[in-house]
Parts: sequence; structure tokens; C-alpha cells
Amino acid sequence: MTAQLTPDRVDSHVGSAPAEQHGAIRRRPNRLANRQRPGFLAYGFLAAVILGSVFPLYWSFLIGSGDASTITRQDIVWWPGGNFLVNAASVLENESVNFWRAIGNSIIVSTVVAVSVVFFSTLSGYAFAKLRFRGKTGLLIFVIATMAVPTQLGIVPLFIAMSKLQLAGTLAAVILPAIVSAFGVFWMTQYFGQALPFELIEAARVDGASMIRTFWHIALPAARPAAAMLGLFIFIATWTNFFWPFIVLDRQNPTLPVALALLQSNYFVDYSVVLAGVILSTVPLLILFIVAGRQLVSGIMQGAVKG
Amino acid sequence: MTTALDDERRIRRIAFSQKLSHWDVKISPYLYISPFFILFAITGLFPLLYTAYVSVHEWHLIGGEGDFVGLDNFAFVLQQPQFWIALRNTFSIFLFSMVPQVTFALLIAAVLNENLRAKTFWRMGVLLPYIVAPVAVTLIFSNMFGDQYGLVNNLLGQIGIPPVQWHSQELPSHLAIATMVNFRWTGYTALILLAGMQAIPRDLYEAASIDGAGKPRQFFSITIPQLRPTLIFVIVTSTIGGLQIFDEPRLYDQYGQGGANSQWMTITIYLYNLGWGQLNFGRAAAVAWLLFLIIVLIGLLNLAITRSIAASSDVTATPRNSTTVQPPRQKVTA
Repeated sequence: MTAQLTPDRVDSHVGSAPAEQHGAIRRRPNRLANRQRPGFLAYGFLAAVILGSVFPLYWSFLIGSGDASTITRQDIVWWPGGNFLVNAASVLENESVNFWRAIGNSIIVSTVVAVSVVFFSTLSGYAFAKLRFRGKTGLLIFVIATMAVPTQLGIVPLFIAMSKLQLAGTLAAVILPAIVSAFGVFWMTQYFGQALPFELIEAARVDGASMIRTFWHIALPAARPAAAMLGLFIFIATWTNFFWPFIVLDRQNPTLPVALALLQSNYFVDYSVVLAGVILSTVPLLILFIVAGRQLVSGIMQGAVKG
Repeated sequence: MTTALDDERRIRRIAFSQKLSHWDVKISPYLYISPFFILFAITGLFPLLYTAYVSVHEWHLIGGEGDFVGLDNFAFVLQQPQFWIALRNTFSIFLFSMVPQVTFALLIAAVLNENLRAKTFWRMGVLLPYIVAPVAVTLIFSNMFGDQYGLVNNLLGQIGIPPVQWHSQELPSHLAIATMVNFRWTGYTALILLAGMQAIPRDLYEAASIDGAGKPRQFFSITIPQLRPTLIFVIVTSTIGGLQIFDEPRLYDQYGQGGANSQWMTITIYLYNLGWGQLNFGRAAAVAWLLFLIIVLIGLLNLAITRSIAASSDVTATPRNSTTVQPPRQKVTA
């Protein structure tokens, strides 16, 4: 279950009548006048914000490519040193941390969770948005309500259950609680509601397609963009998730965030090694971001407010 | 001739397939939603309800379920100074992260809402920190905010400001942790607000500029009131996420106890220490319930405040329904 989501149905007040009339009369010239390119200040401001976003990562690389003495120097070194590969190697070879295993585990867990959430959400979202059945409204409200419940609440019994099932320490313990998501169901319901016309479904039914055939050949292809975005978000969220994996997994079998925490947990913290580990664990998502960042942006923005 | 028999068969077959199709239509929806509900009941609902059961029992990691103790676990927790320290720290960190984050995100969104060249580039740029795991963010910032050799103190020293004890002092440690949260979420929040801003009818701005209102005036008199639903959404979700904060304070030093004097110990760290440090699950479950109640309370309070503020500065006209959906802010299992 993913929490932190409160669907929000609030009235807002929009567009006074005179303004609308006015816009109707002189729309074009006015819009052009209003949509001038902003000045240098706007770009400068945004460049500063992006610099601030990139800087901690750069700093991490600076330290991660230096040696133990880089940190204690009084003058700040602004250029990377040549030790990144050495530090990365000592992260990967550290026997008490199992970093290679952590990379593999994170890929497995994030992929399985993303695929299963997308699958179950698409199936239920389609039913909620496009099929008629008894109890639909009630069930949908139930789904929405559960999105707002904080997740910490279930952690104790979840751990008890996983221990009893002897799954504590295994990847199954991380995957199982995450294989469905109320948020995902709501997301897909919303998408099907606006993007899939009833006519298409009816046409398929009239042609004699069974329900599941209709889902498979009509709904599934239509759902592709939203499903991809959902998968992306779930993948990132699972990859970066720490609390539950930290509780239920152990040293021998960590995910990446858990392994990073282990790197730092020694009495003496060698930051050049720790931050090299940070870079190693972030690179995969950085690549994903370069490939699919555009989808992330539009996912966040499409999700935002719908009239 | 066999026509009569054939016909009868045919009719039966049609009737059968119609019946089948009828059941197909009736049952399919339930088949499609049932995997979600069954799995959710096991992995989501059951743990939630069972927490209540555990919280009224004596329950240890080793011994398992013990006697029914009523509200003793709650009473114990509420009498611990540690609980109240954790509560105070959590709120302090939360305020330091929420207020600057929303303010700054509004500013970024307003600039992004301009008619920029290379829109997508700028939007992606502000979102970049979102893909850095909180654990990674914490390790980086905990280095930059080092008490002795940290970058921040180093820079402060260069402009003549004495070093700040970012770890050993309470308020500075809260600021540092809030900075990590803000680093990761400000761009994300800005994009949500940007989407809200784009839904505001342009006519409102046109009318205002004809009436002689400048950019700042337009921002405060049109953008902010019109953005109310989006703002409420942002505030409520960051409340739910913010009060559960764990990753950042847990990894702010290598010991994970929230500082030598519990300067930055939060409620979830306290919960973790009770459950997995002292192995007392009954008390940990009680803290989980208390945290839940606090979040609900604050959520309602937020809603009431935001509504009344926005309502008083509202303009006019037709109501519009808007529904908000967002990807999960912090994905946690359960």
C-alpha cells in the first residue's frame, strides 16, 4: 500500500463573468501580449536552482573521488581527484556490505514491484472506470481512503507476520507488502475514465469479444502511457525506499539503501568510500532520469489538478 | 430428417452461449478487482488492524504474544520524556521543511509558468533531486554539514562566521535535516504547483493587467487564491510524509539514535528503538497508533486553516470541482 496520498475534492472559484466576456472578445492579441518571453532574470534564477540541485551530487563525486585527506583539508578542493575507481572498488569489495548483491536485489525488487503494481492497477482501474457492477462507488471510496493512511502503522504486525512465515531477511518480505498499491488503482481509474471512450468498448462487445478479450485488445493498449508512468514512479519509489527493507533485511542480503546505511555504520566513517557508494547507487536512476525524465515531469503535472 | 433435433441443439447452444456471456458481464468486474482487494486485505489492511491488537498486549520480539494489558502500553509511552522530545523534534523538523519548501516551490513554479524557452529542460532540471534516494541525500548532506570539516562551516568561516555545531546542537541539526527534505522535494512540489497554476484561466490575468495590476499583485491576488486546492493537497501530503520522517534523522550520524542527547530523534526513530532496539512490540505498536492519530489531527487542522485563509482572500464566481492525484511522495510498504 502506498500512503501519502489524499485525493482532494475542493471547490474552487474560477473566472468571473466579465473577465470571460472580455477574453472572448480580444483573446488573441491579449494572449500574445501576456505571453512575452521572460527576461534574463528568470533564466538566471532557474539556473541557480538547477545548480543547487546538481551541486550535492557533484560534491558527492568530489569527495568520492578524493582520498581520506580530502575532507580534512582546510581549503576546499573544487575539482575531482583521481581516486573514484579505487573508492568504488573498495565499496564493491567490502565484504561486510555486499554491494553487488544489493545492486542485483534492488533491480529485482524494484522491477517486480513495478510490474505487479502496474498489472493489478490496470486490471482494477479498468473495472472501476469502465464496467458496471454493484458496490463500485463504495469500493472506490474505500481505495481512496486507504491512500491517506500512514504506512508506519502496519510495520509491527508486518514484521511479526514475516518472521512467522520465515520470510524475514528474504526479498519476498520486501516485495510482498508492495505488490498492490491503492494509489496505482486510483491513478489508472482516473486515466481510463478520461482516455478510453465507452464506444470503443461497446464496439468490441458488439463484435462478440468476451470481457477479457476486450480488456486485452482495447483497454490494455490504451492504458500504455499511464501504465508506463505509474511503473516509473513505483520503480523509483521502491529503489529509494529504506524504512521497511532496513527493518526486514539483514547484512547478507540488502537492497541498495540498506547497503549504503551499512557503509556508514562503522565507527570511523571514511566519507570518500561512503560517497563513492552514493554515486554508484544513484547512477542507475540518473540514467533512467535522462531517458524518461520527460515522462516523470508530465506524470507529476498531469496528476496534479484535473478539472 | 434430423432438422428438428439440429434446431433444438442450435437453440440450446445459443442459449448456453448467451448465458455464458451474461455471466461474463456480471462476474468479470469482480474478477478484475478481486486480486487487488485480496492482496490489499492481506498486505495492507490486516497489518493496520492487527497493530491495534498488538498495542493492547504485552508483546516481545522473542517471547511473542503475552497478556492483554489494556492501554498500559499507551500510558507507558505517554509518560516517557523521550516520546515528547521525539514529538517536539518531529514537529520542529517538519515546520523547517514545510514552510520554506512551499514558499520556495511557489516561487520556482511562478518562474516556470513564464513563457520560457526550453521548458522541458528547466522542468526536468528542478526535478533532478527527486531521483536521489533519501539515504543518499542524507549521507551527502551529513558530510556537508559536518561539525569539524564540513563544507558549510568551511564556507561560513570564509565570510567570517564562526562554525555552527550542525550535529551536536538541537536547532542547527533540525535545520540540516530539514534542508535534506527540502533538497529532495522542492522541485517536485514546484511541478505540482506549476500544474495548478496552468489550470488558472488566463483571462483573470488579462483582466487584472488591464486594471493596472502588476506582476506581484497578480501573484498574490489571483495565483495564490486560485491555487487553493493544489496548496491544500501539497500541505496535506507533506504533513503525512513529514511527520513520519525516518531515513534522514536515522542516518544523520553513524549511530542512528537521533544524536547523543536525542537532539534530532523523531517519533519513527523512537518507534524503531522501542520495537527493534528494546524488542518491545506492544509499545512500538502503541507509538504507531499515536503517530497515526497525530497525523489525522494535524491533517484536519491543516485543512481547516488553509480553507479559512483561502476563503477569506477569495474572489468570486462559479465553483469547479477538481480532483488531485499524485504519485506517492514517499513509498513505504505496508
